[in-house]
Amino acid sequence: MKKVFERPKSLTEVPFSYCPGCHHGIAHRLIAEVIDEFDLREKTIGVCPVGCSVFAYLFFDLDMVCAAHGRAPAVATGIKRAKPDSIVFTYQGDGDLAAIGTAEIVHAANRGENITVIFINNAIYGMTGGQMAPTTLIGQVTQTSPYGRNEQTMGYPIKMAEMLSTLKKATYIARVSLHKTANIIKAKKAIKKAFQVQIEKKGFSLVEILSTCPTNWGLSPVEASKWLEKNMIPYYPLGEFRVPEEVK
Amino acid sequence: MAEKLLMKGNEAIGEAAIRAGCRFYFGYPITPQSELTAYMAKKLLRMEDAAFIQAESEVAAINMVYGAGATGVRVMTSSSSPGISLKQEGLSYLSLAEIPCVVVNMQRGGPGLGSIQPAQGDYFQATKGGGHGDYHLIVLAPSSVQELVNLTMDAFNLADQYRNPAMILGDGLLGQMMEAVEFKEPPKVALPDKNEWAITGCKGRKPRHIVPFDLDPLVLESWNKKMGEKYTLLKQKEVRYELLNTEEAELIIVAYGTVARIIKTAIKNAKNEGIKIGLIRPITLFPFPEKVIAEAAERVKKFLVVEMSLGQMIEDVKLAVNGKAEVKFYGRSGGVVPTPIEILEEVKKI
Repeated sequence: MKKVFERPKSLTEVPFSYCPGCHHGIAHRLIAEVIDEFDLREKTIGVCPVGCSVFAYLFFDLDMVCAAHGRAPAVATGIKRAKPDSIVFTYQGDGDLAAIGTAEIVHAANRGENITVIFINNAIYGMTGGQMAPTTLIGQVTQTSPYGRNEQTMGYPIKMAEMLSTLKKATYIARVSLHKTANIIKAKKAIKKAFQVQIEKKGFSLVEILSTCPTNWGLSPVEASKWLEKNMIPYYPLGEFRVPEEVK
Repeated sequence: MAEKLLMKGNEAIGEAAIRAGCRFYFGYPITPQSELTAYMAKKLLRMEDAAFIQAESEVAAINMVYGAGATGVRVMTSSSSPGISLKQEGLSYLSLAEIPCVVVNMQRGGPGLGSIQPAQGDYFQATKGGGHGDYHLIVLAPSSVQELVNLTMDAFNLADQYRNPAMILGDGLLGQMMEAVEFKEPPKVALPDKNEWAITGCKGRKPRHIVPFDLDPLVLESWNKKMGEKYTLLKQKEVRYELLNTEEAELIIVAYGTVARIIKTAIKNAKNEGIKIGLIRPITLFPFPEKVIAEAAERVKKFLVVEMSLGQMIEDVKLAVNGKAEVKFYGRSGGVVPTPIEILEEVKKI
């Protein structure tokens, strides 16, 4: 019988430890599928962050390095400069990439480091129990914005994809979402383009993935996906912000 | 014999590193070590299979070191006191990850922004870990430009041998000073094979992880213990020091780096006055030469520790002396370098 569906080779058999309805598992799978499809498993090095996805090294069947909070782009820079023929990706959450690691991501993009960044934006800190992230929406209630995020003292949610798109050497920047099957298919296409940019040594690529955190949002998985669609997408528009001609 | 070159300390470190096979440097400008960063830029940007990055911060620089080091290459960063503080997070990670690298600290006055003059106020930070958690760096303390060269080459070997970050702890005076130096072939030592642990992509083998993290206390404790065994081994095998006139001395001065040079002049002057002073100069600050100090304390009953700080290494000297002799202290700080005259005056008071 012809096998039509299987676990990607770039994933281990360790079951995901993420909460029910969390999108990390989908994002992991999409990355693994792309790595398999490009046949890159043996030359890929992943950098996992601090946050829920610190455990990514258990799930990807790849060489993996765990970076300090926010430092993944700097660690990936060191790896890629030392091993230019390897494929290097970072997997970072919004606290990691858009708060404590803003300097590292901005300058890795500005130097045009030939790495791929997968940025999970779920508008909250997951692992520490639901604190406000730089991407938390106005009015959103978290542990550290108990009366809702207000722009007067907490500023507006940061649009990282748009911000990084102003940098000349950011070759590919896209924002996708995982709340519906159609979006998951589009997300995979974006991830594939991002890795393609790296394979072709065209520079820096980043895919921002809007994802749910049902546990810390206090919603069921289904409600969480609806909340994402209703609240996050209007503020964080989906699409490609930077695309090199050749991969359009 | 190799030719002698007149070189500034900071540049000599750079040349020594390159001759030791270092092709990757990530740093951030800070006085009084910027010449080293500039030297590495000049050389590495024109070399094949090499990289130089002026990082966005000291924090990013040490994390680039972490990434490059994880692939098994020889890698270096450098800074001065305030910048070294910023690198502590990375050094803590590098230590548990057991990634070899060389870090240079050309100390300046502190705390805070401090000054840009030479000081030794980072002794505690360098030798006691510095960042969070239970760890040590290998710390080498040169006292001449020639020794900067030799110890930089040795630092790469020690880092590789023990899979541990190694630090060159100098100061602004050493970095800025010009002296004649000779570059001999880097010492050849048998080193462990990095292919056994380096992260290079899993071609032909099972995937590897460099993860300085485990939620199971028993697992983390086992790693801590493994690191502890490494430090014990370092204490047994790698202690280095210089002795001067310790046999006939009535008083022994313990000093390292720049201060030890000044002490040598003070000892010469004292000899003319009939005062017998000896010097113990620790060359490795971690592992600390406690045994030789303990042995000396059996014979000599007066010790003076001289530092360019308010007194940091003195704590290790006292532990080594263990009450067997009197240990006095003389220090200048804030970037003030003590003179042989004032040190001799201090000796006469004892």
